[in-house]
Amino acid sequence: MSTTQIDLETAVKQAKDRLDEHTYNTVQRHFHDSTGCPFWLSKKSELNFDPLTEVKVYDDLKKFPLFEDDWLRGGPVERWRMKDHADRPTYVFETGGTTGVPKSRVVVDDFRIDYEVFSETLPDQFFPKGGNWLMLGPSGPRRLRLAVEHLAQVRGGISFCIDLDPRWVVKLIKKGWMEHLEEYKKHCIDQAVTVLTANHNIKCMFGTPKLIESLCLGLEERGTTLAETGITGIFSGGTEFTPQWTRYCVEELFGGPPEESGIYMTPTYGNTLMGLACSKPVTAEEKYKISYYAPQPRAVTEVVSFDDHNSVVAFGETGRVKLTTLTAEFFVPGFLERDEGEREMPFETFPWDGVSGVRPFHEIAASTTVGVY
Amino acid sequence: MLEIPVIRWGKPYESLETTEVVHFNTGEPIARVSSANGGLVSRDMRKADEARKILKQFSIEDLIAKVAQAADLFENETLPLGSGTQTADEFVVHQSASTGLPEHMCRSNMQKNCFVMRNMTEILQCLTRGLDLNILSRGYGMESRGVVVSLQAQTPVLGAVLPSNSPGVHTLWLPVVPLQMGLVLKPGSSEPWTAYRVASAFEKAGIPKEVISLYPGGHDVGGALLTACSRSMIFGSQKTIDQYAGNPKVQVHGPGFSKIFLGDDCVDDWEKYLDVMVESVYVNGGRSCINCSGIFASRHTDEIADAIAQRIGPIEALPPEHPDSGLAAFTTDGVGKAILSMVQQDLEADGVRDATEPYGNRLVEKERCSYIRPIVAHAANPQCEIASKEFMFPFVSVVKCPQDQMIKAAGSTLVGTAITENLDWIDQLTDATNIDRLNIGPIPTNRLNWLQPHEGNLIDFLFRSRAYQMPEEKVAALVGG
Repeated sequence: MSTTQIDLETAVKQAKDRLDEHTYNTVQRHFHDSTGCPFWLSKKSELNFDPLTEVKVYDDLKKFPLFEDDWLRGGPVERWRMKDHADRPTYVFETGGTTGVPKSRVVVDDFRIDYEVFSETLPDQFFPKGGNWLMLGPSGPRRLRLAVEHLAQVRGGISFCIDLDPRWVVKLIKKGWMEHLEEYKKHCIDQAVTVLTANHNIKCMFGTPKLIESLCLGLEERGTTLAETGITGIFSGGTEFTPQWTRYCVEELFGGPPEESGIYMTPTYGNTLMGLACSKPVTAEEKYKISYYAPQPRAVTEVVSFDDHNSVVAFGETGRVKLTTLTAEFFVPGFLERDEGEREMPFETFPWDGVSGVRPFHEIAASTTVGVY
Repeated sequence: MLEIPVIRWGKPYESLETTEVVHFNTGEPIARVSSANGGLVSRDMRKADEARKILKQFSIEDLIAKVAQAADLFENETLPLGSGTQTADEFVVHQSASTGLPEHMCRSNMQKNCFVMRNMTEILQCLTRGLDLNILSRGYGMESRGVVVSLQAQTPVLGAVLPSNSPGVHTLWLPVVPLQMGLVLKPGSSEPWTAYRVASAFEKAGIPKEVISLYPGGHDVGGALLTACSRSMIFGSQKTIDQYAGNPKVQVHGPGFSKIFLGDDCVDDWEKYLDVMVESVYVNGGRSCINCSGIFASRHTDEIADAIAQRIGPIEALPPEHPDSGLAAFTTDGVGKAILSMVQQDLEADGVRDATEPYGNRLVEKERCSYIRPIVAHAANPQCEIASKEFMFPFVSVVKCPQDQMIKAAGSTLVGTAITENLDWIDQLTDATNIDRLNIGPIPTNRLNWLQPHEGNLIDFLFRSRAYQMPEEKVAALVGG
């Protein structure tokens, strides 16, 4: 066994120990009467075990039933606020909501912490400290808008935003109003181009795959390129972020890999329920394979069997993505994402399981409407 | 196994995403096809003007000759296909294996495509009503009656989102290259064969490969193609038709709801027209939009339904290579069963009778596919739901309906065959805007005269007639008239 293998095994063991300890502390906090939120304190009586005494390690979370995101719909939203956060300034972020009541997540500090953790993974060469940002994504009651703004601020920059209502986009698609959809996309891109060409020293951006693509094409139509606008670092996300799309983006829209084009793009995976899973560097040598690693121990992604959601599949095998969120203000003990993928091996940077090939879960993919973000 | 790349203006592009085309009966992979992404299409379309520029270096007559040459290559030769080659026989076997269509029907569709490629001069003359084709090339010219005419090309290329299950539709886009426009095709997921083989035959016949792009892929590719091309066609369901209704950039081809109308003056002799009715319903596995799905008559409808059922009800599912195989397989798991259950729901309604009931079970389930044997329904009136249905197997409703209500009750009809000699009624049928192609007399709905335009004239779709004024001597000098 090589030294590297021993080092990795040690790192994996240390990460596991850290996760177990973090799980114990998080559960104690969420189920203790002095700190827990009304939702979980009330839920405790429905459980056939005592989380305070019977959850000692991460695997003990299997005792909980799967988290149902419908629990997040409707009010009062205060039932999710931790008792010791009652006096803290509180945000509510929404997800979904094109029709019906959206899911809400109450947040005090999590979005800032998540994005500070994420910031540590960004290469300064392409995401220069002090550089300004463009947030080319959804506005409104979304976490992403404030999160990107905080990311920019943490890195010493200022974030510019556009107006983009993703709920209207989904409605346009469902109505089949494709011309309106195109016009709305152009409206978003026009806003972005205006900001990018107004001498604001913007170096970094967030963008969804569709909007990055439209932005690059829009800039080309205006006789310029993304590189010429000064952008060097992009982070993006979504299940449309496939290896083929990444290759197309890097080779054709950016003009080559970072060392040639000067543009570095990193995919991310996440949603309002968890933090931000980072990607292993994506390279042509590895056929643009995208593998995500959750920000353990604050959040965990597992690839579990389609039939048994408490069993992880073997490395390289396909399964459903299961999320667990373990922060001081939000507890999600196992939520089945609407995605599937392959289980990936730990490596030095992230010595825990990852997931690659993320795509909509095959049983519900047909009914999913993918908008611009 | 064949590896089939995306083709971007003639250049092969191997995608990181692929799909396998498998034999419907054995599950054996036949080809691995690269999947494009929508962005590739949007980006490539910025160079669409080049395709027309390249093709305008050839005369239309020259291109017509090359396409005729391509017909021979398409029909007989071994042609390059992705990582390998494909003979004409392999083409038939491949197409049958992936679409479920019997081999003899694939061969027949192949010949139909070749007919159009070989008779392009006549077809274009018909589509243009005898216009000097140089006018299309130049954009203006002098009509034979001495008037300046201008037809302006509305697009440098035609885009087409092609179907998976109906290899007969390709004739619709074949005239495009001779009109000096490029082709941007999204082949159907189970039927990449025709588009690739035509492209290969065109190239070997001397048509520059840079004028054709082939983008197999998912829905995003179809969406990008329809957005990026100024003119495109799409083949799909009624939902697709509704989605693009009124969009001048898109010509939609969907269900045909083709019908036969038996006039009161002829209906008592219905037995004379039984062959016409059976052929219209059954030919090509009942899969075409030009197959008859409704027969309207004011009397004898029960006897007509029973007589058709007697002819096609006993037909069994035979292997695709069998020369008498008349039914196409449903190659997607569960589809046959699901379609039959929809039909059965309609058959249970009041006023509806299944005339094929005496001929045994309709669903034939095999290990990897299923078939639905022909169904003939009798509907006591046009209000029965089943009277307005069309399915992808030999299916027809024989509908009892007074003659004076038939045109309105028929609804949208791609091909209407009216068997009558009643001149007043013929006038009404001629004026009926819900009927596209009209046959007067006992002409099976599937027998198309290729010298007649199909579902909208391609020339009207690709060109715009407009005013164009210049001094006569200038015209004479420019057009040599």
